[in-house]
Amino acid sequence: MNIKITKYYYGDIPEETTSSPSSKPNTVDLGWPLWEVFIRSKQGLDHKHAGSLHAADAAMAIENARDVYTRRQEGISIWVIESKHIHASNPDDATMFYEPSADKIYRHPTFYDLPDEIKHM
Amino acid sequence: MFLQEAEKTFQEKIDSEIKIEPKDWMPEAFRKTNLRQISQHAHSEIVGMLPEGNWISRAPSLKRKAILIAKVQDEAGHGLYLYSAAETLGMSREQMVADLNSGKAKYSSIFNYPTLTWADMGAVGWLVDGAAILNQVMLCRTSYGPYARAMVRICKEESFHQRQGFEILLILSKGSKAQREMCQDAINRWWWPSLMMFGPKDSESTNSDQSIKWKIKRKTNDELRQQFVDMIAEQIKLLGMTLPDKDLKWNDKTKHYDFGEINWDEFWNVVKGNGPCNKDRLIARNKAHDEGAWVREAAIAFAEKRKSNINTKAA
Ligand SMILES: [Fe+2]
Ligand SMILES: [Fe+2]
Repeated sequence: MNIKITKYYYGDIPEETTSSPSSKPNTVDLGWPLWEVFIRSKQGLDHKHAGSLHAADAAMAIENARDVYTRRQEGISIWVIESKHIHASNPDDATMFYEPSADKIYRHPTFYDLPDEIKHM
Repeated sequence: MFLQEAEKTFQEKIDSEIKIEPKDWMPEAFRKTNLRQISQHAHSEIVGMLPEGNWISRAPSLKRKAILIAKVQDEAGHGLYLYSAAETLGMSREQMVADLNSGKAKYSSIFNYPTLTWADMGAVGWLVDGAAILNQVMLCRTSYGPYARAMVRICKEESFHQRQGFEILLILSKGSKAQREMCQDAINRWWWPSLMMFGPKDSESTNSDQSIKWKIKRKTNDELRQQFVDMIAEQIKLLGMTLPDKDLKWNDKTKHYDFGEINWDEFWNVVKGNGPCNKDRLIARNKAHDEGAWVREAAIAFAEKRKSNINTKAA
């Protein structure tokens, strides 16, 4: 047995250093696009990102989302959107992007010093 | 220079328990380790459907059949959550499936053991899912965001898996002599392979504890294994059965159960691909994939047709 023992944690089996059979070339790519799934867990709440899946079209994406993300009544409404249509902010810009709000403490109600006697405010 | 600086900031984030998200900078080795671990985990869920799927048509009652179908269906869902998490690290689903089917990718060795009797459905749920749950509960706090979120969802679904397994054994343990023997036999066959699920002993590993430092893992193999032994050694008392280990006994000093030596030759042998069912599992996966090809093609054709219908109507 010539497996080289490297750090091997539960669920992380090291690659064999000996020649492993190479994978079939990736020719079977049918290109089912990736969809992001959003679920409303109950009436009155926002749709929340639940995960993603591949599907041929929107109808199939919704059906599959029902099967994988709502098997225990986790939702009453599903949105799906093709992942490629999502635009995201850049994490590298996070400081520049969000910091200006840090010094605007007057946007928070606790900034205002009012007498304790005041009610309903 | 940039790399050193970036690695330092990265480690500081990890140390202050800030999750790493797909678009964040991460060391290449962090990406690789997570990709390998998450995809192996996904493969394990998918291959894990086979030993239990084996008993769906022969479950002893309609109730047990419905439960077993629900459990196997959950495992398919777990596979999907995990493949999605792995995809965020930049490998396509098709590639992962191809790697599994070609035998290049690994999955948990436990699924290379056969399920010979109905009692095995009990032992698998109780011991195999039980062992997996300990690992997965820990992974709910893993440092890569998509992996942690997948684990939270999975853990919510797992507890029924272990409970239904224990219940199967509990009922058998109160049954006829033949049923009690079947129960004990399943425990005997699954106990050691379940202990092997936790991987080699900590002392066998030579690399640095990078996975712990990066908080991909928070407990070592031996810590998780001990936790498992302590849990099962108590639970089995309720079954009135025994674990097949003459060295198993409570240690008053350590406040843990001592247990016997694992057969590491068997362990490495199964990892290497020579377990009782390694070949069958890959044949089954390839067969399913090949026979499903027309379904995948038809779905694309149907989607295109539906799209063109909408377009003509709009025109
Ligand atoms: Fe699972
Ligand atoms: Fe499970």
